[in-house]
Amino acid sequence: MANAFWCIVEDDRRGAPKKVMAEVIGEAARVSSGQAEAVWLTDTATEAGLTQLAEWGATKVWLLENAALAPYRGEIWVGAAAELAAKERPKAIFAPVTSRAREFVARLAARLGVGLAADCVAFAMEGDRLVATRPVYAGKLLAKVTWAKTPWVATLRPNVFRPAEARPGRTATVERPTAATAAAQMRFVERREEVSTGLPELTEAEIVLSGGRGMKGPEHYVILEDMARVIGAAVGASRAAVDAGWRPHRFQIGQTGRTISPKLYMGFGVSGAIQHLAGMRTSKVIVAVNKDAEAPIFKIADYGIVADLFEVVPELTKEFKKLLEK
Amino acid sequence: MKILVAVKQVPDTATQVKISADPRAIDTTGITWIVSPYDEFAVEEALRIKEKRGQGEVVAVSLGPERVKEALRSCLAMGCDRAIHLNDPAWNDADTLVTSKALAAVVKQEAPQLLLCGRQAIDDDMGAVAAQLAELLGWPCASWIMEEAIDGDGKTVRTARQVEGGLEVFDLPLPAVLTAQKGLNEPRYPTLRGIMGAKKKEIRDVKAADLGWAPEPPQLSVVTLEALPPRPPGRILQGDVPTAVKELVRSLREEAKAI
Ligand SMILES: Cc1cc2nc3c(=O)[nH]c(=O)nc-3n(C[C@@H](O)[C@H](O)[C@H](O)COP(=O)(O)OP(=O)(O)OC[C@H]3O[C@@H](n4cnc5c(N)ncnc54)[C@H](O)[C@@H]3O)c2cc1C
Ligand SMILES: Cc1cc2nc3c(=O)[nH]c(=O)nc-3n(C[C@H](O)[C@H](O)[C@H](O)COP(=O)(O)OP(=O)(O)OC[C@H]3O[C@@H](n4cnc5c(N)ncnc54)[C@H](O)[C@@H]3O)c2cc1C
Repeated sequence: MANAFWCIVEDDRRGAPKKVMAEVIGEAARVSSGQAEAVWLTDTATEAGLTQLAEWGATKVWLLENAALAPYRGEIWVGAAAELAAKERPKAIFAPVTSRAREFVARLAARLGVGLAADCVAFAMEGDRLVATRPVYAGKLLAKVTWAKTPWVATLRPNVFRPAEARPGRTATVERPTAATAAAQMRFVERREEVSTGLPELTEAEIVLSGGRGMKGPEHYVILEDMARVIGAAVGASRAAVDAGWRPHRFQIGQTGRTISPKLYMGFGVSGAIQHLAGMRTSKVIVAVNKDAEAPIFKIADYGIVADLFEVVPELTKEFKKLLEK
Repeated sequence: MKILVAVKQVPDTATQVKISADPRAIDTTGITWIVSPYDEFAVEEALRIKEKRGQGEVVAVSLGPERVKEALRSCLAMGCDRAIHLNDPAWNDADTLVTSKALAAVVKQEAPQLLLCGRQAIDDDMGAVAAQLAELLGWPCASWIMEEAIDGDGKTVRTARQVEGGLEVFDLPLPAVLTAQKGLNEPRYPTLRGIMGAKKKEIRDVKAADLGWAPEPPQLSVVTLEALPPRPPGRILQGDVPTAVKELVRSLREEAKAI
């Protein structure tokens, strides 16, 4: 439909949409006054997954289900989605910031000849144009941008937008257009799983604990992992800790690592360099534990404790346990 | 094997950025400019491929104003063989798509076997130009790569891209586009000899007319830049560690409702 806001579905590769889709659909529905539609390219969709999208508020689900669509390859996805977009002429195309969606919508925007705003943190309709807000220059400034024509293509930073409530009973029509899949140039060889920490994914977690150079060595991260298990957090690190080889790079928070925006960020022995802040300054609540009262991280922290982290962390874990056992 | 590396010149992250009199742009006085860090990984990888194969050419390409020559010069000092500078006021208001179209026109002229880019430029942070180049060229593309290996006869590249929860390994026929993620390599520092040698290497200026460029309006435009809204002042929790910790947990639960 010409007024539809498409939401490109990010799934768990097992047939269910990820919970970040509640945020994307929620924001699309808010901006468009209820015209959010889901577009799902996958090799396996489940009924439960389709229901979930409807309950979050998608009025229609465009399901492009085809074995050739997994794992994600831009060259195949773009053809399939562009054909549908040419027919349906959506007003906007939203997607969460994930490794694949980010590449995919950039290619799609190029195919459609329209603008792309990546990693947006706010949207507003101004008259009949959409204005998006996105952090630039390591999050030191915000840029407001707008498009010359539709569809307005944008990616949304996870954990920033208010998620849609799942309302049981809401339904969506499911359309299953036949997707044209181009011959693949890229040949899939294998997927190498990361060794699971048993903790949430850094970019998806609601609480993130971050350990910096003050952790003094790789063997001490176990105290953060203990706390993380108690409160359901992910554990990240500063670049100093990653460069020292204490943590793999995928755990790095910051400008040359992951951008996170959790409900709660707690930094332990992190000084708060500008490049670290670039990756976490949109966190809702920031806690800093550092023995140096002058550390720059205290300038953006909501709560700070000036003390030795090795005294604070075990105490804090104990208090969290007490609180959550109640 | 000919490899093109697209590099962007960006403000050093440590420098302060201020909004200029035109609220859509930053004030560039006093800014230190650097090669975007991810693009350094791309340059390094290109040089390693050439060294491993014992032959080839590495060409650095950048679009931007006159100052961009400095960034190209440092790529030459690292070891790139020559550089191309897309330098024309026609591209002053370029968005990602215009940037990609201009770069694609040069890539077509140069016809390399491989195009290496950074994962994203650390100023505008779109992470889009490489994917859009792939689209415009009709080449396969792997983003956020952590490793790559080109086969002996230079026909395919095997590469591992970083995704949530792991790595996905693909074979891509060449020519292809790859974007460098941190962890791919450690970029070298230019040697004194490299810096001296760079002065003699060619930086070719390319004007819009050289590409038969027809004016192209940006599809995305900046309405305004704004300073960050100030965060409400924080609180240092006083007392000994057990007291401060108790107060933190109470505040997180009752005030911030974060736990
Ligand atoms: C005066 C001025 C006006 C501008 N006006 C607008 C505007 O109206 N609308 C708008 O959307 N943007 C505008 N921009 C920003 C803009 O042109 C972006 O830099 C461009 O869109 C590229 O996006 P990015 O920097 O996020 O690159 P990304 O997509 O993050 O870059 C990914 C990779 O692509 C390559 N790459 C990116 N840019 C270049 C380049 N210039 N040369 C060579 N390789 C490159 C690099 O390998 C890089 O690592 C303006 C910039 C300036 C200086
Ligand atoms: C181009 C570029 C990109 C970069 N990208 C990133 C990035 O993505 N992410 C990133 O994090 N950095 C990045 N950096 C690096 C950044 O500039 C800092 O060097 C880095 O963030 C510092 O890490 P840190 O805070 O752990 O270490 P430090 O700055 O050394 O701080 C350690 C802190 O721990 C405190 N401390 C020590 N012992 C204790 C203790 N027992 N108890 C409590 N506190 C203690 C100290 O007081 C100090 O404040 C980048 C730099 C550049 C130039």
